[in-house]
Amino acid sequence: MSSAMIDLILRATLDTLYMVAISGVIAALVGIPLGVLLYVTRPGQVLAQPAVNGVLGIVTNIGRSIPFIILMVAIIPFTRMLVGTSIGTNAAAVPLTIAAIPFIARLVEGALNEINPGLVEAAQSMGATPWQIITRVLLPEARGGIFTAMTVTLVTLVSYSAMAGAVGGGGLGDLGIRYGYNRFNPTVMMITVAILVVMVQGFQSLGDYLVRKSDHK
Amino acid sequence: MIRLHNVSKIYPLKGRRGGSPRTIQALKDINFHVPAGQVHGVIGLSGAGKSTLIRCINLLERPTTGSVSVDGQELTGLSRQALNQARHRIGMIFQHFNLLTNRTVFANVALPLELMGMKRAEIHQRVTPLLELVGLADKARQYPAQLSGGQKQRVAIARALASRPKVLLCDEATSALDPQTTGSILALLRDINHKLGLTILLITHEMEVVKSICHRVSLISDGELVEEADVGDFFTAPRTQLGREFLNDFLQLEPPRSLFERLDATPGERTHPVVRLAFSGDAVSTPLISRLARECGVDVSILQAKVESIQERTLGLMIAELMGPPAKTREAIDYLESHDLHVEVLGHVQRDD
Repeated sequence: MSSAMIDLILRATLDTLYMVAISGVIAALVGIPLGVLLYVTRPGQVLAQPAVNGVLGIVTNIGRSIPFIILMVAIIPFTRMLVGTSIGTNAAAVPLTIAAIPFIARLVEGALNEINPGLVEAAQSMGATPWQIITRVLLPEARGGIFTAMTVTLVTLVSYSAMAGAVGGGGLGDLGIRYGYNRFNPTVMMITVAILVVMVQGFQSLGDYLVRKSDHK
Repeated sequence: MIRLHNVSKIYPLKGRRGGSPRTIQALKDINFHVPAGQVHGVIGLSGAGKSTLIRCINLLERPTTGSVSVDGQELTGLSRQALNQARHRIGMIFQHFNLLTNRTVFANVALPLELMGMKRAEIHQRVTPLLELVGLADKARQYPAQLSGGQKQRVAIARALASRPKVLLCDEATSALDPQTTGSILALLRDINHKLGLTILLITHEMEVVKSICHRVSLISDGELVEEADVGDFFTAPRTQLGREFLNDFLQLEPPRSLFERLDATPGERTHPVVRLAFSGDAVSTPLISRLARECGVDVSILQAKVESIQERTLGLMIAELMGPPAKTREAIDYLESHDLHVEVLGHVQRDD
């Protein structure tokens, strides 16, 4: 294999990591609070707001039901407005982030749902405010579940980022299609897939480690 | 210290049929008062409204009508913020402990103090003696998952005491524990009641709990308080059928089954009364049974008997058949009642002779 080819693979690997990292971080910053909001505004919860909960639920579901490849194309004007272009890794990070937000939100909501409601009741009996319940009880108790949610999200983003190649996003998926499939180079195809496998394994192991470290259930 | 006035709680039931919304009344017009320093028990079967009642005291459940006051402060009219302040003075422990799994023992006990905005150094000074009080000073850095049920409840007790409350609410605090651990937790609660003068309200379905730490007891059934008495009186002579059932279950003092089936409600020409006798105080040490034979000419066949000590009082219980002509047995019952025995005629059996 030529050194130019190796450079290409290296470049694509970094692009993929960059897209996954930036969209993962931004989506976590928005998605985790959204997940908390989905949980605490439920009827009977500490900030019960059935109307707000209903609207948030519908918006989240819409976000989750749009196929990623369609989302990517549909928000091109928005992407262009945000990052000035619709091609490249930055441009691909926009739809990746938008797809990951509702995904994380639902997973975080599920993690919070696992918490024994008795803990919230106990905190209320101590005179905790809703904000204190969120920051001192719900988030720390769901820590393990939130790490699991982030792991699943990152793995999903790795595979979504491969599709981003379709709009000129670059990365390993793009490389695999262009060189491996279109130019009949099975070696490149195999290598990109192998790197993706290693990447996913890495995220999963890191996630598992963090869950083990942080959860004392 | 705790006063409930005309408290009712009505829950709406899901689903409407026939136009009007259906409701279920969990508490009906509850009035009661627990004086400072007392241990008051509320006993009832599951579904009787015990949990709702105790949750109405710190307003985890808001009563539909009526008012709740704790330490002279009416809670039902308070703003959210003032209620949170008031809750610092009401500790609560739960059947399933409700400890935060991702906090150490120390951090669990520190939680209510953090919520109050206390400084770290001060928290440290408060938590350490509390862990000593509940006997867990050496477990401060462990997580709840590493503790036994009894130890978890001790942590929960220390946590409930951290904000120096005036009142402790115990929601079935020993129901998930084995009898031995129950004993040690009850001893700890009794100790706290003595040492700190804390007022304790507990709900339970176990007579053992009432017997060993309560001063007074209320009986709840279908959301109503049907009986309230000093514990000694309740164990001698419950006034309601439900009270008697609880007591009989606890003492396991029932007439033998074969006899029970032969019992008639009304006396006949040739029947003997079967009575349940309860006696406390002086009567325990008086040889009443032999006197009964001598002075009334009635033979007594003892079917079951038991002596229990309920806190400082000794309590005797007996199921006996009084054998003799109807006039004599009636005289015997009067004689027993005149000696402060509580006599309940369970029924009548045919004479074999």
